[in-house]
Amino acid sequence: MLLDLSLQKLLAGYRDNSIDPVEVIREAYHNIENHSQELNTLITVRDQAETLAYLKTLNKTLPLYGLPYVLKDSYATTELRTTSASKILDDYLSLYDATVHRKLKDAGAILIAKGNQDAWGHGASTENSDYGMGKNPWDPTRVVGGSSGGPAAAVITRMCAFAIGEDTGGSIRNPAAWNNISGLRVTYGRVSRYGCISYASSMDTVGPFAKSVEDLALVLSVIAGVDKYDATTSPKPVDDYLASLATSPVKLRIGIAPEMFADRLDSEIATNTKDFADKLASLGHELVDISLPVAKMSLATYYILAPSETSSNLGRYDGIRYGGTRALFTQESMRRIMMGSYELSSGYYDAYYRKALKIRTLLLQTFQDAFSKCDVILLPENPVMPPLLGDLIGDPLANMLADLYNTPVSLVGSPSLVIPSGFHKNGLPIGVQLVGPKFSESLLLALGHQYQQNTAWHTRSPQL
Amino acid sequence: MTYQLICGAEIHVELKTKSKMFCGCKNDPFHAAKPNIYTCPVCLGMPGALPVPNKQAIEDCILIGLALGCKIAKVSKFDRKHYFYPDLPKGYQISQYDEPFCFEGLVKTSFGPVRITRVHMEEDTAKMHHETVDGKKVSLIDFNRSSVPLVEIVTEPDIKSPEQAKEFLKKVRDIIRTLGVADCDMEKGGMRLEANISLSRDLSAQAGGNLPNYKVEVKNINSFRFFANALTTEFARHSEILDRGEVPVQETRGYRSDTSTTVSQRVKEDAADYRYFPDPDIPPIVISNAWLTKIKSRLPELPTSKIEYLIALGVVESTAKIIVANQVMMEYLDQVKTLDPKMVSQAAKDLVNKKVDYQKLSPEEYLKTKSVSKITDKSILRPIIEKILSDNPIAVADYKAGKQNAFGFFVGAVIKATSGQADPKTVHNILTASLSI
Repeated sequence: MLLDLSLQKLLAGYRDNSIDPVEVIREAYHNIENHSQELNTLITVRDQAETLAYLKTLNKTLPLYGLPYVLKDSYATTELRTTSASKILDDYLSLYDATVHRKLKDAGAILIAKGNQDAWGHGASTENSDYGMGKNPWDPTRVVGGSSGGPAAAVITRMCAFAIGEDTGGSIRNPAAWNNISGLRVTYGRVSRYGCISYASSMDTVGPFAKSVEDLALVLSVIAGVDKYDATTSPKPVDDYLASLATSPVKLRIGIAPEMFADRLDSEIATNTKDFADKLASLGHELVDISLPVAKMSLATYYILAPSETSSNLGRYDGIRYGGTRALFTQESMRRIMMGSYELSSGYYDAYYRKALKIRTLLLQTFQDAFSKCDVILLPENPVMPPLLGDLIGDPLANMLADLYNTPVSLVGSPSLVIPSGFHKNGLPIGVQLVGPKFSESLLLALGHQYQQNTAWHTRSPQL
Repeated sequence: MTYQLICGAEIHVELKTKSKMFCGCKNDPFHAAKPNIYTCPVCLGMPGALPVPNKQAIEDCILIGLALGCKIAKVSKFDRKHYFYPDLPKGYQISQYDEPFCFEGLVKTSFGPVRITRVHMEEDTAKMHHETVDGKKVSLIDFNRSSVPLVEIVTEPDIKSPEQAKEFLKKVRDIIRTLGVADCDMEKGGMRLEANISLSRDLSAQAGGNLPNYKVEVKNINSFRFFANALTTEFARHSEILDRGEVPVQETRGYRSDTSTTVSQRVKEDAADYRYFPDPDIPPIVISNAWLTKIKSRLPELPTSKIEYLIALGVVESTAKIIVANQVMMEYLDQVKTLDPKMVSQAAKDLVNKKVDYQKLSPEEYLKTKSVSKITDKSILRPIIEKILSDNPIAVADYKAGKQNAFGFFVGAVIKATSGQADPKTVHNILTASLSI
């Protein structure tokens, strides 16, 4: 399949006319037709003829010329409706483009579909969608992961060349691992959030999904950078991420915190993560013991701050300006809105919200201390393998537990790279996360690339 | 029973920055040709849109704080204030809760000082229009005003009388106009007033004594006179209730200018819960010494010192106050002063008494009319006066019979006959002498 090729190989093929971008786009549509409906991968698909006509208008020298991509449906787009997987926005067509979409368009990439997700980002499974539960391409009886489940599945099933997810408490990292693809949660402020429907604004990040770390680096170099429409973006110059892959990192100190391998972790995932560490050691890196003492409070902290922010962010969907009324919120969204409103109410603010902010500050200190002893922290990605469809939705606490290793990173705003690291005996993929100090994307990508140059886990895809 | 009025004021002022508070839309809601033309995803609160604060507005807010004698925060932030209303598209207003840009100021009045609690920055709401369209009653929303920069000034309960309220509010308005950051047009809603009123038996309540255990909020006040009226009418209403041994209901009332009374709008069971929290879309704002110095350099001469300056030039205080309240008159007088300092007092009097149309007559032209030397030569004036007296024998007879106002008639006739060139004092002397014969 042409879509198995790396982005750089596709682009080189377009340039020397050995590959026709039309064929690649047809292949993507072919895979969409064959699998999207069955797996509930996409919410809205752009008309193929329109896509091909648009391709003709593009300048061939653009850096991402002709590459078809999928956006999570939380991004405002003028071409396709933006639902955030909620019937409240069922017929909402945005008047403007999200910055990430505009940048990709300007670089010559082509939006072909909007991916399924948990409505408003509320969930870690894509079960809480008003457009059907997202199914895992490796085992359609199991969840695809979430909340950015659709875009992740679209990459592994080759419905696109790459995709853009959104990660608040693990929404890129969790489905990347459960779909056997690479995903990057960026440093908070590295990529503009403008046009991304807000879930929890202080932790929402915009990041890429791709078949490899090399592809992530290319996409990130296009979407990163300061934006005058997002006051939380950083003016820090953007690194040359592709160039940073050229030299393999030497003797990095890889931090491993024993408390992160505790009782709630699936034993096979624990073993897999340790094997991953050994592989890094065999590549010349040094494994060091670190401690993340406050991290165990992260889940509780996250589930105070995120619902508080979401209760505020969703206030505008009051039935006056957007067609659907509040009765259309899912049970999970209503639960989070109720919790958040409660936690911000007078008398409870000090008991919950303010206390959570204090833990967040302590957590920042914890990670700062850890990064004084190591360059990169290795963490498991998911504590469990993807559950059967419907299991998590009836068990909200188990759903939250899926974010166990994700929320500490979200709270401190660090970048985290998730890459495939092997398979469970049940045949499903496992991923690990590499966490670095803020704005260390270059370092994480270089390390991930080095691993992928020496392993082949990331090249496997499911039999469909 | 004797009571002491206790009143605190809340003043909202729309800044006249070029763009809105959190987006690049034009800030000009009063002159917009049509509704909803100055709008974008940000001020319409569309999904995914984010606010970016307007630096100019923040500087203007701090400037107002400085002019009102406030301390300025070193670090400040914006908070979200949640409530449901159709004119609030995000479901929350971006405001400032516990860390306002400016705090602890003071404004002097002739009745005593009024302490300023805080001066903070927020965004205005959209404007609702309740109309009948095609026979149907509808509510329409105009977002031209949505997210216009709004400064809120809150005072301590230091206002003791309607007279003091008027003086205080005028002074604040004059200061803000002098800064040039807002027009304070009350009729259009560019400046909006609210009063928090209660009455105390403890006449020392304001001097740190116990405040009453209730408070009535009066809204919809769009002039200083109405503010004073509201205090007067509320004073009477509260006195009557308190005399009966009851306590006025804690509520929000609206002022009605047609009857000069207030009517109940909303009874507050409990303090409203706005679920304030720091807006995660806007990083905290650090006000460095360098930035503050730059803002301070914009502080012009303020009205209080301007009044003193005019008095020193020989202008009487009541006239000086009127001049200072009017930017154009003040500038006119400044120009007169540069041209001829001796004429300032006279020009001030002429401006206030509308003897000179400052919009048509330039200061130079004005001084020219004043500087033409008057005819004091008695040999020129005497024949003119004698002719007038002989032409009006009846008026002369009237005067001699005791009708004093006939004298004014003669003076007027002389001035007219000389095209205003006759010196009034000389005319007076000649007339007195001639008529006493």
